[in-house]
Amino acid sequence: MSGWADHLTIAPIIIPLLAGAAMILLGDRRRPINALLGVASVLAQLALAIALLMAADQEQALGTATVRVYRLGDWPALFGIVLVLDRLSALMLVLTALLGLAALVFSLARWHRAGAYFHPLFQFQLMGLNGAFLTGDLFNLFVFFEVMLAASYGMAMHGSGIARVRAGLHYLAINLATSLLFLIGVSMIYGIAGTLNMAELAGRVAPLAGEDRALLEAGAAILGVAFLIKAGMWPLGFWLPTTYAAAGAAPAAIISILSKVGVYAVLRLWLLLFGEGAGVSAGFGGNWLLLGGLLTIAFGSVAVLATQNTARLAGANVLVSSGTLLAAIGSGQVGVTGGALLYLASSVLAIGAFFLLVELVERGREVGADVLAVTREAFGGEEDDPYDDEVGVAIPASTAILGLSFLTCALLLAGLPPLSSFLAKFAMLAPLFAPGGSTSPGSWALLAALMLSGLATIVSMTRAGIEVFWTTPATVLPRVRVIEIAPVVLLLGLCVALTAGAGPAMRYMEATSQMLHAPRDYVRGVIGPAAAGSGTGAAL
Amino acid sequence: METILALAIGVLTGSGIWLLLRPRTFQVIIGLSLLSYAVNLFIFSTGGLRTGAAPILERGEAGSLAQYADPVPQALVLTAIVISFATTALFLVVMLAARGLTGSDHVDGKEQDS
Repeated sequence: MSGWADHLTIAPIIIPLLAGAAMILLGDRRRPINALLGVASVLAQLALAIALLMAADQEQALGTATVRVYRLGDWPALFGIVLVLDRLSALMLVLTALLGLAALVFSLARWHRAGAYFHPLFQFQLMGLNGAFLTGDLFNLFVFFEVMLAASYGMAMHGSGIARVRAGLHYLAINLATSLLFLIGVSMIYGIAGTLNMAELAGRVAPLAGEDRALLEAGAAILGVAFLIKAGMWPLGFWLPTTYAAAGAAPAAIISILSKVGVYAVLRLWLLLFGEGAGVSAGFGGNWLLLGGLLTIAFGSVAVLATQNTARLAGANVLVSSGTLLAAIGSGQVGVTGGALLYLASSVLAIGAFFLLVELVERGREVGADVLAVTREAFGGEEDDPYDDEVGVAIPASTAILGLSFLTCALLLAGLPPLSSFLAKFAMLAPLFAPGGSTSPGSWALLAALMLSGLATIVSMTRAGIEVFWTTPATVLPRVRVIEIAPVVLLLGLCVALTAGAGPAMRYMEATSQMLHAPRDYVRGVIGPAAAGSGTGAAL
Repeated sequence: METILALAIGVLTGSGIWLLLRPRTFQVIIGLSLLSYAVNLFIFSTGGLRTGAAPILERGEAGSLAQYADPVPQALVLTAIVISFATTALFLVVMLAARGLTGSDHVDGKEQDS
């Protein structure tokens, strides 16, 4: 704890917290100020996240300190609670901030007026997300999950209407039950291992034997179920497309990263607890992740093909990307995880862009836009709106831009060359089929699943594109403002940048993956050098 | 002591799950509440159960880990109670909104014909 720069680690939680609180104090009526505050807060978070990302990357290269640990109240890590920033957290922070910026700017055109308290909820949503990515403690993970979920209930039902409230009720019930599973898992792990600190837990798994090991594995499995419900794994993910399709465009874009939080938690905890240092338990549950991921891809692909509604199509794509990530993580190889991280980055951006785009292209059509029509009816005419024309101007040639964006989205979601998700899929598969090594049936299944899901996505996206752009009468030109299309272009442009800069990006992902698979640096960073080598954790 | 607590947790969980699977929103919310009571008791029990022990120190004895009730599960259970109370209240609001909008207290917003 020296110097103010150390405190930057907690700033991604503090900034949205303060901004959200200030907005509530200002009152919901002062939308322009709230909007300004919101954008400033998100920009600050983005700048901070990028700075932290560079710091996390640089420190690793120099070999001085591998992870930044922020001890709240400066208690030693074993007694107090810690925030831990490593490459994975930094990556997730940047993705959250980028998606948050895009969704917030998009919402300024119209969505933030569709219901009460949009801006504070948005900030608390970001706070929960950032906290979940930064925390190094299981129970705080639960708390930040709840913050994030509480905000997401508001976001999912933002704009009200029967469809949203009905989907929101199911979403809420499922997540409340999930939280209880989370608590059972956490308390079982605490009961056996006697700690909630993730880094310390990593050292406590290996020495366990007999009943204790079984109970700890059961606790971890229950905890895993809670994460997998969030991620939308096959038998647990039926709520996902409905909820995301019912939510408004800007809220859906930001809550689409919630499924990736489940994936993040699995990635972080599974590799930390059941990585190579876990003795007999090493790789516990890996086959279930692989199998569940494959089944999720299969179910997602069927859902992608079967759906007629473009918003549900986006939800189904979330399932496919979750399944891909889980299956890749479950195969448990360093190289595959590196590819999966690149896929994670590109799919978060692409799906966010697609949720925003869906609303824009649906605007020109009368059919299928029923959810929006409800909002427009309920909120459109009632509120007098002096800022309507100041937000942005309608742009010409909007159809061309929308069409190009749609095409880019389709390429990204289907994982076709030349864009980043193709590179990511290639990077995931290449280590599984390395020359000289034996190829397991799981690798072939993953290959087949990735190919078929890409095919299903491209068929379905083509069909949706034809319906939206070619069969709509030319007289109905969608009115699109710059401020609405700019976030979509930004997110897609970032995917293109990720393609062009695939070399440095992949190097970062590989380094992240190596660190995740060999968590010794993480453990040493949090607990101190003494405990990392022995593997038993420091004595209390 | 353990048996009674285990039975209580089991009964609460069983009733909670049964109610959670019922079609009326009111049954669902009561089910969630019962489940959260069960989980709170469960968290509390992970600290170990003792009857008639002092919270931290016995009079006239030097403090030792054997005489020390683990405070962490108590802190956890307190947090869990607060959070589940708040989310249940939120669920209640959404439930009422759904009742008002759909005119039905079925979880799907409409009665099933069967």
